[in-house]
Amino acid sequence: MVNWNIILSIAKTHLLTKIKQTAIAALGVTFGIGSYITLVCFMTGLNTMLDDLVLNQTPHIHIYNEIEPSEEQPISLYDNLKESFNVVHSIKPKLSQKKIHDGLPIITFLEKDEAVRGALPQVKTQIFYMAGSIELAGNLTGINPLSEVELFNLGDYILEGSAEALQNTDNSILLGIGIAKKMALKVGDRVQVSPINGGIFPLKIVGFYQSGIADLDAVQSFSNIKTVQRILGEANNYITDINVKLYDIEKALPLAQKIEQQFDLKAIDIKTANAQFETGTDIRNLITYAVSITLLIVAGFGIYNILNMLIYEKMNDIAILKAIGFSGKDVQLIFMSQAMIIGFVGGVLGLLIGYGLSSLIATVPFETEAIPTVDTYPINIQPSFFIIGFSFAMLSTFLAGYLPSKKAKKIDPVKIIRGL
Amino acid sequence: MTTVLEAKHINKYFKNPVLFHVLKDINFQVKKGEFASIMGKSGCGKSTLLYILSTMDTDYEGELYLDNKLISGSDSEHLSYMRNKHIGFVFQFHYLLSEFTILENVMLPAKKLGEKSYQEIEHDAMEKLKMLNIEHLAKKQASRVSGGEKQRVAIARALINNPSIIMGDEPTGNLDSHNADNVFNIFKRLSEEEDLSLLIVTHDEDFANKTDRIIQMEDGKILL
Repeated sequence: MVNWNIILSIAKTHLLTKIKQTAIAALGVTFGIGSYITLVCFMTGLNTMLDDLVLNQTPHIHIYNEIEPSEEQPISLYDNLKESFNVVHSIKPKLSQKKIHDGLPIITFLEKDEAVRGALPQVKTQIFYMAGSIELAGNLTGINPLSEVELFNLGDYILEGSAEALQNTDNSILLGIGIAKKMALKVGDRVQVSPINGGIFPLKIVGFYQSGIADLDAVQSFSNIKTVQRILGEANNYITDINVKLYDIEKALPLAQKIEQQFDLKAIDIKTANAQFETGTDIRNLITYAVSITLLIVAGFGIYNILNMLIYEKMNDIAILKAIGFSGKDVQLIFMSQAMIIGFVGGVLGLLIGYGLSSLIATVPFETEAIPTVDTYPINIQPSFFIIGFSFAMLSTFLAGYLPSKKAKKIDPVKIIRGL
Repeated sequence: MTTVLEAKHINKYFKNPVLFHVLKDINFQVKKGEFASIMGKSGCGKSTLLYILSTMDTDYEGELYLDNKLISGSDSEHLSYMRNKHIGFVFQFHYLLSEFTILENVMLPAKKLGEKSYQEIEHDAMEKLKMLNIEHLAKKQASRVSGGEKQRVAIARALINNPSIIMGDEPTGNLDSHNADNVFNIFKRLSEEEDLSLLIVTHDEDFANKTDRIIQMEDGKILL
């Protein structure tokens, strides 16, 4: 039989008469939770931005023809030499075509798969950008501009001009910003490109491409897939790469393995290709949580201390309460509810402060050449952080309150009253 | 006359620092409306006995009956309830909760019992304060009243749940003679008019001589 009214009113009176100590204890929690929210919003914001920088442009599965030596040399297929020890020197890669054989039917097949959001053909080739007598080596990728915008956020990396212009203009090019700077070109100019097998093609610049990775921007340009096929003198079924985007990134690995087996092509899934990003994200998350938990533990010790002191000061009160019929459990609940009230008030304030600070940071300018799409610090505000933060505040104050209140429960009123 | 409190073969040992037999086979009864006092030298075990009778000390051998019901060996939750409902306490040092007002202090045990509404409890508390002529202190902070007044507040608090028995551990020990007389008169009146049982541990011979019955203790035994 617990009478919450009376327990809470005693807890409230204790807290209000010691308002300074209460405030300090609550502030400990507030700072703990506030910095947790700020840290986690900021860190995950940065993580998401850094991941997006690479992962948004990266296909979940990249399919292409790898130039590599045959796994089995012909001699090992020869039964008569099966028992012998064969050594083959100077193995060369197998002569194979860059083109994906039956590329278009494979795309049609992939797009029928329920897990696949889209499969886009690309034609990749090496070219030279011609500026007078100077030749700059570079890469030209033929794409379907509008689909690339939709699936791989190409639009975020177009500095001037647009993907529509690339789609609609014949013989147009989206030039890497590094090349444009080197050659002093602007949108509307023409640039001459030359494929490896000769010929010169003038292309109209409809925009600049900036990935944020300077080395890439100094070589990479994009054009319409048909334009590249024409430059290379190939038919319109000539495809060198297929980029697949899935609905669920977790399905990338099994699907990639399936494609490799089925079509005898190289298929790289995003996790294999970018394992180091996952590691970076994990470590940053680890740091965030380590710092936050440390802060909350410090706050917890503050509460523990203050409640301990309060219980020593209130020995007499505890003895009286027990003498007039409060059970040990009631006394424990009085001190537990004090801890929980401190945790609740401090926690809610902490959430508000965390939200305020995060929102403030989100307005601070953050301009960097490397990331053209970002102009303020990235902040990722998610309800789940607030739920976690609040639960942690309640949990830590519960633990901090539990031990002192357990002690209060066990105090023997006879000893106090008799002055022993 | 009905028996309110009965002790049968109560034995208690202190185990620290050496085994010491404090209470030796205590047997006695307190009847309804009886005003009894326990006298004895320091260290004869009278306070120890009182705290066993009050149910706060449970480390003893023997049987204790309150309103003819055995309460020895009950769990602490039940003992707290019994203490709350049936026993009123007055200590030597006027233990009030200093952060609460006088009225709140008096109401506290009744709120804990939770049998009446807030308004009824407040009304009862004011009645008790009026009976003890301290109703003008009701809204004062407990830390701001004098010693004699505090003791009367403590008595009001002991009375709030209309207990079967009031126990006191030298309730006048810390008061001047005027206030001590005052407290004695209140006890006497409660015993005569309200038919309340009282069991008071005291050193004060004058006080004891005015009570209905003196229980004399020596070396852990009751002298008859």
